[in-house]
Amino acid sequence: MSEHRVELTVNGARLAATTEARTSLGDFLRLKGGCTGVHLGCEHGVCGACTVIVDGAAVRSCLMLAVQAEGATVTTAEGLAAADGSLHPVQQAMRENHGLQCGFCTPGVVCTFAALVDRNERPDEAELVNAMSGHLCRCTGYQGIRKAAKALAEGTVGQSQQTGSAA
Amino acid sequence: MKPAPFDYVAPRTVAEACAVLSEAGGGATVIAGGQTLMPLLNLRMSQPFILVDVNHIEGFSGVTRVPGGTRIAPATRQAAALKDGTLAAHVPALVSALGHVGHHQTRNRGTIGGSVALGEPAAEMPATAVALGAAIDVASVRGTRTVPAREFYLGPYMTVLEPDELVTGITYPDWGEGHVVLFNELAQRPGDFALTGFVGTLALDGGKITRAGLAWMAMGPTPVAMTEAEAVLAGQTLDGIDIAALSDLALRPTAPFDDQHASAEYRRTVGKRLFEKTLRAALQVKEVA
Ligand code: FES
Ligand code: FES
Repeated sequence: MSEHRVELTVNGARLAATTEARTSLGDFLRLKGGCTGVHLGCEHGVCGACTVIVDGAAVRSCLMLAVQAEGATVTTAEGLAAADGSLHPVQQAMRENHGLQCGFCTPGVVCTFAALVDRNERPDEAELVNAMSGHLCRCTGYQGIRKAAKALAEGTVGQSQQTGSAA
Repeated sequence: MKPAPFDYVAPRTVAEACAVLSEAGGGATVIAGGQTLMPLLNLRMSQPFILVDVNHIEGFSGVTRVPGGTRIAPATRQAAALKDGTLAAHVPALVSALGHVGHHQTRNRGTIGGSVALGEPAAEMPATAVALGAAIDVASVRGTRTVPAREFYLGPYMTVLEPDELVTGITYPDWGEGHVVLFNELAQRPGDFALTGFVGTLALDGGKITRAGLAWMAMGPTPVAMTEAEAVLAGQTLDGIDIAALSDLALRPTAPFDDQHASAEYRRTVGKRLFEKTLRAALQVKEVA
């Protein structure tokens, strides 16, 4: 029905486009922003794969309309690494701890952790693990994700290429 | 799954929002955080022709003290309420329940008013409003009214709200110093809807219960107030409670349902155990103190 003009900041760049009111933020980011790292799984708020960071908070992009993100600052998995390609601590932690298999759930998990880490450099492990409950990993690789959370909480990311450091 | 097409407006005032709702003649739906509504739209279980986004209405976010209670503006995010000092001090039962509302990610968008207004019977916020005896302020072009939470819910996702009405605030009465918070729920995974659970508060005066407010979630088509148990509790001392007899009374008004996750019998059995266990633990704490 109605077309709306939406303007927001995505991964540091301005994105302005017209869209139908019914378009989810997730679809908008993929179709108009080219952010195919935004993975839409269930599209009804259950799986968490579509999680992105909106104004500093992790949210499900399938449960927010693009029109509702007018003026917002959005970060997707594509926007986490530094310009020189060095990984965000969360990405590094996931890599070091085998936090992914197929990678479908990964961009969402990474955005959830990154929002917490960027707000408080050493978030509580319990807080990270609690936030993990908002994600389903179809590969069931939860132990690796948990280890990544632990490394982030303990500040041991990047200290070793070894995995499975002492508990 | 994509929603059916709709139009979208984001009014800045209650009057503007009410005007749209009135003109739409029932075809409009209010969206706040969208964490319950968006799945319904995506699944096409809800097909409004216009969405009224209340996130930008002035004064629609925040917590304030009012005479005798605490008022939450409807579009206050659940994540913000969870960290709110005023709520922690004056409505701790709500804060206990909030930690179980959805997930971290959905609480960042989800609102108190949205959850209260939608009336999912297994959700924590409607049950909390019923348990604590909250009052729900409502506005429309026809005027304003205040509805007690205990008269608000009619069935699953059915409330006394007329199609042209908008929730403008929820006020939770004070329960006095030193009250006991009771909360527990069983869900398949953290963040899922409760299979059974309850929330409530006991107001105390020198070891004596002066008032009790308790309600079940997922134990009927609406949140279920434990009215008989509340009446029995009032006037008792904490150590005088007959927990087994009380849980029988508490279960009496329930009408749990069968679904793929749990049978009605399971909800009743586990709900009773959960209620007794929580009460016992709460009373123990008080005896030590
Ligand atoms: S796609 Fe958004 S939660 Fe599954
Ligand atoms: S890594 Fe495959 S879904 Fe999580």
